[in-house]
Amino acid sequence: MTTEQWLGLVTGVLFGFLLQKGRVLRFDKQIGAMLLKDMTIFKFMLSSILVGMVGITLLRDAGIVTSGHKSMNLGAVLLGGGLFGAGWAVMGFCPGTSIGAVGEGRWHAVFAIAGMVAGAALYAELYPFFKTTVLAWKDYGKIGLPETLGISPWVVIPVFWAVTILVFYWFEKKGV
Amino acid sequence: MKGKTGDGGWSPYLAGALLGLLAIASAYATTQWLGKTSYLGASTTFVRAAGLLERTVAPDRVAANEYFTREKVRVDWQFMLVLGIFLGALAASATDKSFKLESVPPTWEKRFGPSVGKRAAGAFLGGIVAMVGARMADGCPSGHGLSGMMQFSVSAFVALAMFFGVGVLVAALVYGRRSP
Repeated sequence: MTTEQWLGLVTGVLFGFLLQKGRVLRFDKQIGAMLLKDMTIFKFMLSSILVGMVGITLLRDAGIVTSGHKSMNLGAVLLGGGLFGAGWAVMGFCPGTSIGAVGEGRWHAVFAIAGMVAGAALYAELYPFFKTTVLAWKDYGKIGLPETLGISPWVVIPVFWAVTILVFYWFEKKGV
Repeated sequence: MKGKTGDGGWSPYLAGALLGLLAIASAYATTQWLGKTSYLGASTTFVRAAGLLERTVAPDRVAANEYFTREKVRVDWQFMLVLGIFLGALAASATDKSFKLESVPPTWEKRFGPSVGKRAAGAFLGGIVAMVGARMADGCPSGHGLSGMMQFSVSAFVALAMFFGVGVLVAALVYGRRSP
């Protein structure tokens, strides 16, 4: 195996370990969030975002890493995001958690994985059509919120922290 | 705030914060060792897996496909990351005895009964729709939800709102009624 593959594997093992320990791999946790009954996956995701955004911004400011914004292609993100949401609600897993779910014995996630591989093959077939339609509507490019608003990320970060911690208090108060 | 959940898991706040550290370390490590910053993600791997499988039966079709050519069908960093998630989850569930063979999840069973066939059909069809959407939006809850949000990408805020907003609506329709 190459360095690239080893690095991916080691990172993935740690990623999967934390996903499992956080108990976010389960169908019932993901559907529980969508039914607004169990916010475990949001506690997990938002905590990682709070920590990650500080480190990534520091590394970027120091010129050590580069940003990897995905394009704000309006039709693609709205329609694609909506399709993903609909499929996610029925499947009960997202791409990363489906693999982890099989790892902790929830083997029915293999049907979700098979569906997603088929979906990827289907997308590859339909790509020429999407490229001239939904992907061609309006692309704002690879943009970040602070630059778009003309403010420093170090203004956005404390605001994001404050709002998220209030949300955490609210989750705990509601017992979700 | 408790450090552990009732079933031996970790607090989602703690596990999530540790994942934040991993995301930072990973951005640093990929830049240093691979020469280009890579952020955590998962859904492009399904394209590469589809390409690898399809190549065994129709190699010319894969070679001629614009999308496969664009995403490069190979076992790359993210592909190994996704395989690693499987191993990491297996190891974590073995250490605290939370590994459990499950063929139908409880919430699904309450609504649709214990049929594995029904669960398989739902997961397969849902998977097709979700992956077409994820590839169109160019990311999933890992790529947009974690990595995009950490960098304040505008696309991440919009994608996450759509993922969850539509997810809430469809989940209410699908699981809202109790089983007869």
